[in-house]
Amino acid sequence: MSAALPHAPLSLLSPSSTPVALRLDGVTKRHGAGGDAVVALDTMSFTVKKGEFVCVVGASGCGKSTMLNLVAGLDTPSAGKVTVAGERPALMFQESALFPWLSVEENVAFPLQMQGLSRKARAARVAELLRLVHLEKFAHRRPHELSGGMKQRVALARALAQQAELLLMDEPFAALDAMMRDHLHSELEALWQKTGLTVVFVTHNVREAVRLGDRVLLLSSRPGRLVAEYQVDLDRPRRIESPEVARMARTITDRLLEAARAAA
Amino acid sequence: MPQRELAGDASHARPHLHALPGGEDGGRDKSSDGHVLIDMPERQDAEDPLRAGLRAAVEGPTSTAEREAAGGVKPGRGRALWAAAWPKLAAVALALALWELVVLSGWRPEYVLPGPGAVLARLWTDLLAGDIGVAAAITMKRALLGYAIALVTGVGLGLVLARVKVLRTAAGSLLTGLQTMPSVAWFPLAILLFQLSEAAILAVVVLGAAPSIAIGLLTSTDQVPPLLVRAGKVMGARGLALYRHIIIPAALPGFVAGLKQGWAFAWRSLMAGELLVIIGHAPSIGVRLQFSRELSDAEGLLAWMLVVMALGVLVDGLVFGALERKIREGRGLTAEHA
Ligand SMILES: Nc1ncnc2c1ncn2[C@@H]1O[C@H](COP(=O)(O)OP(=O)(O)O)[C@@H](O)[C@H]1O
Ligand SMILES: [Mg+2]
Repeated sequence: MSAALPHAPLSLLSPSSTPVALRLDGVTKRHGAGGDAVVALDTMSFTVKKGEFVCVVGASGCGKSTMLNLVAGLDTPSAGKVTVAGERPALMFQESALFPWLSVEENVAFPLQMQGLSRKARAARVAELLRLVHLEKFAHRRPHELSGGMKQRVALARALAQQAELLLMDEPFAALDAMMRDHLHSELEALWQKTGLTVVFVTHNVREAVRLGDRVLLLSSRPGRLVAEYQVDLDRPRRIESPEVARMARTITDRLLEAARAAA
Repeated sequence: MPQRELAGDASHARPHLHALPGGEDGGRDKSSDGHVLIDMPERQDAEDPLRAGLRAAVEGPTSTAEREAAGGVKPGRGRALWAAAWPKLAAVALALALWELVVLSGWRPEYVLPGPGAVLARLWTDLLAGDIGVAAAITMKRALLGYAIALVTGVGLGLVLARVKVLRTAAGSLLTGLQTMPSVAWFPLAILLFQLSEAAILAVVVLGAAPSIAIGLLTSTDQVPPLLVRAGKVMGARGLALYRHIIIPAALPGFVAGLKQGWAFAWRSLMAGELLVIIGHAPSIGVRLQFSRELSDAEGLLAWMLVVMALGVLVDGLVFGALERKIREGRGLTAEHA
């Protein structure tokens, strides 16, 4: 099974000698074969530094999920190489993907169980993680008893439980209302600052990307290509409705539309 | 690539800790050499009331969990039981009343179609005499044995077909054919092969139930949401662990539905078998039905039919129904259309 993983052990250092958490080298992914193969990603290359919060934006269908699946090791690239530091990355989906037959607590404990931790060791970690996402009172509930926002917080706790250095998030807040999303942005930012995680956050919401990211990568559609990259030098914590965020989001959106016109 | 420059210096000062801050340092970040980093915006671990208020406003009303935590009342157990029982009791009463009406209409003479009163009285005396207990024991023993064999073969068959694609393609429609074939149609062959014996009955019971169980297993594993499988893989569940921790529990509701259908088929096949394959020294329910007909004992016949119905409903409800309900309730799958 391990032979199928596209990951190579990482012993690379970036030019600025900051450790690298993720590197894509000319990664291409085709879905299907022959005449009706879809090129979802076209020779994509980028690097994410350790501790960095990178947002990836692009129209839906541009290959964002495909890219995350490759990084998570759920799929193998058709060409090129994906290099990830450390263990298997954690991945959080748009739908919470919680296991409905397990309680909140058991869901969060799942990655620890897979890592072979004892029941006792799991319990301590799980309690800590549930406190972190403010759900300690709901440890014994089943997922169906929770609201959408609570489910995503459980999913976040479960992803954090994996202790991966790299957290991949695939439009995790897209299905939530604006108020809940704002709230979770703050929680996520605080958690990131606290833990030193590296985050790759995929979204089609440009404002959300500017609100959260140190850097925003812009993908074009069909085939998915990296067309632009923006450094976000705004003070944290940011507010999604602040004029600075809005201004930068407008710039990026304009570029996105331009890319869409070029593709059409 | 432009050099990253973040305001607030927070990210530069941020230590690359992979463990989450433990309870003992109170959420305060420490670098590995132990000195406390003070230039980081401090975040309270205790819940910020504003945040709690926001969450209550956003989630409170939508979540059943918080509603209950807020002191909602659960209906008492006795009331719940009564709420579940009275429609069933009413339906039984209605059916008995209709039956009585048909009898009163004089459509058939009472020695051919007796009323519910006479039949229930007969049921009671046969029950007290022990006839029903003896017959039910013989019949249920066959049912359990046949069902157990069907369970093993059905699960085995289902697992093999689920794992081997070619076999699935080859045998899949055959299995559906087996399932849709009325099991009575097997009896002539079974009798030819096994004579009038227990084996003939068991063979047909197994043939009736096993395909449903196998199909239930196949469709339920097919319908496991791919998202859950991917989530499991990301968290390190591969190979056997993936089956044990994700695929089997995810497929459980569908599998139990297959088990339940398998039971219904087994029970029907068994009744047909006991009517066709009369084994004299074993006074099973089927034998008693047949004898009642031969003796033109309409009261007895109807009483024994009630026994068949009651046993079928009992197993279906107490075993499979309860199992299904438990699984579905645990996952919030109970239908809410009022
Ligand atoms: N398993 C698949 N088989 C065939 N085509 C796929 C598959 N997954 C994705 N695609 C196609 O690849 C493209 C990128 O999809 P995806 O990565 O899901 O986009 P995004 O996440 O940005 O919305 C789309 O055109 C989609 O139709
Ligand atoms: Mg997607």
